Amino acid sequence: MPSSDGRRLLEATGLRRAYGRRQVLRDIDLTVAAGEAVAVAGPNGAGKTTLLRVLAGLARPDRGEVRLEGQPLRRDAPEIRRAVGLVSHQTLLYDDLTLHENLTFAARLYGLPTPAAAARSALDEAGLGARADESPRRLSRGLAQRAAIARALLHRPRVLLLDEPFTALDAAASERLRDELRARREQGLGIVLVTHQLGEAWAVATRIAVIVEGRWACDETLAGSLEGFLPRYQELIGA
Amino acid sequence: MPEWLRLALVIAGKDVRAELRSRTAILSAVVFAALVLVVFNFARDPTALAAVDLAPSVLWVTFALAAMLALNRAFTIEQENAALDGLLLAPVPREALFAGKLLANLAFVGTVEAVTLPLFVLFFNVDLGAALPGIIGVTALATIGFVTVGTIFSAMAVRTRFAELMLPVLLLPFMVPPLIGAVQVTARLLAGRPLSEMMGWLRLLALYDLVFVILCSLVFTAVVDE
Repeated sequence: MPSSDGRRLLEATGLRRAYGRRQVLRDIDLTVAAGEAVAVAGPNGAGKTTLLRVLAGLARPDRGEVRLEGQPLRRDAPEIRRAVGLVSHQTLLYDDLTLHENLTFAARLYGLPTPAAAARSALDEAGLGARADESPRRLSRGLAQRAAIARALLHRPRVLLLDEPFTALDAAASERLRDELRARREQGLGIVLVTHQLGEAWAVATRIAVIVEGRWACDETLAGSLEGFLPRYQELIGA
Repeated sequence: MPEWLRLALVIAGKDVRAELRSRTAILSAVVFAALVLVVFNFARDPTALAAVDLAPSVLWVTFALAAMLALNRAFTIEQENAALDGLLLAPVPREALFAGKLLANLAFVGTVEAVTLPLFVLFFNVDLGAALPGIIGVTALATIGFVTVGTIFSAMAVRTRFAELMLPVLLLPFMVPPLIGAVQVTARLLAGRPLSEMMGWLRLLALYDLVFVILCSLVFTAVVDE
């Protein structure tokens, strides 16, 4: 069950974003509380990744606002970005640096007191301690994903945004990631998980939101079985 | 140390470390500079034009073209695995990010110039002698200017389909003022002319640096943000 303590970590109100003439997000509202995991599902091109980039502060909304722990996410207030961690389609790691150098660099950017030790500890926690001196390009997709998650969680963000984190992971790696996300959520992390894989969403999330053509088609607490939800999901996305 | 400077040094340090690991930009720029000098050396007619008359232009054309190769890497390294997103997500003011990339680019281009200068002396048999401190000074002054502009254009070009072609197209027109100034000062230094004859050009170079460092720091946010 969700361990949400009701403290609002992320609030997005009236988000609109267009690329050229194409309106990608239309008046999106979203609230994520501590210990809550929201799975965002929808067909290709529905605006899931754009929503995640706006929530992370990587793309500016044309209208609307994102607040993290009550503070508006603004370009001129970089400190508030500490609250967010992002696991995107790519690892955000430099291939010319080792894993340890990559995480040490990230720790320095976040001003952690002992960057090298923090990086070592994050890699050990991710089960990558033995690969610390290797380049990310030498890792399998599953290990690279673990490194990306270690980087995203290094600075102890309060909100974790994930874009299709289960893609290309094998069963064991997926299970490990599900366990990790559930454990983090129970510790109070707020999670927004963009995914096509509803089964994974069901295993991790406390809420499901379906986005279609830039609008919420549903946003509700998870109840009942995945099998029970699937026909409704197909109907919502018009499949 | 101010926080923005600490962050800029962290970013520059990362770029230098990555470059030392791959040596892609530095090696290709140095080899390219040597090839340009070789071509100029064999292309000129020594009976028609004295080396010392041609030398300032050759030196600065070589510096400019080699710098272009080094600058291309500034943001292509950030494209790998969408690493730029990692920088933009961090609590780093965009000005510190720009300063970090600028410092790293200055280190790369400065290294290429430091290797190119002795090759230039070798190929063109120019006696730098007393002019050397002046040459180093004017090189620093002109390099700050065009590397500053090059850092911004590198960030812009990397989002286009033909980044490696776009950078020279965007940057070369902006390189003209510092290159003209640098060639004029270098020619006077090699001819042993007094400092008073160069002051106008040196002021132009200093003004160019000042204007573009401020301007590029201000517009960098608009260039990197979606």
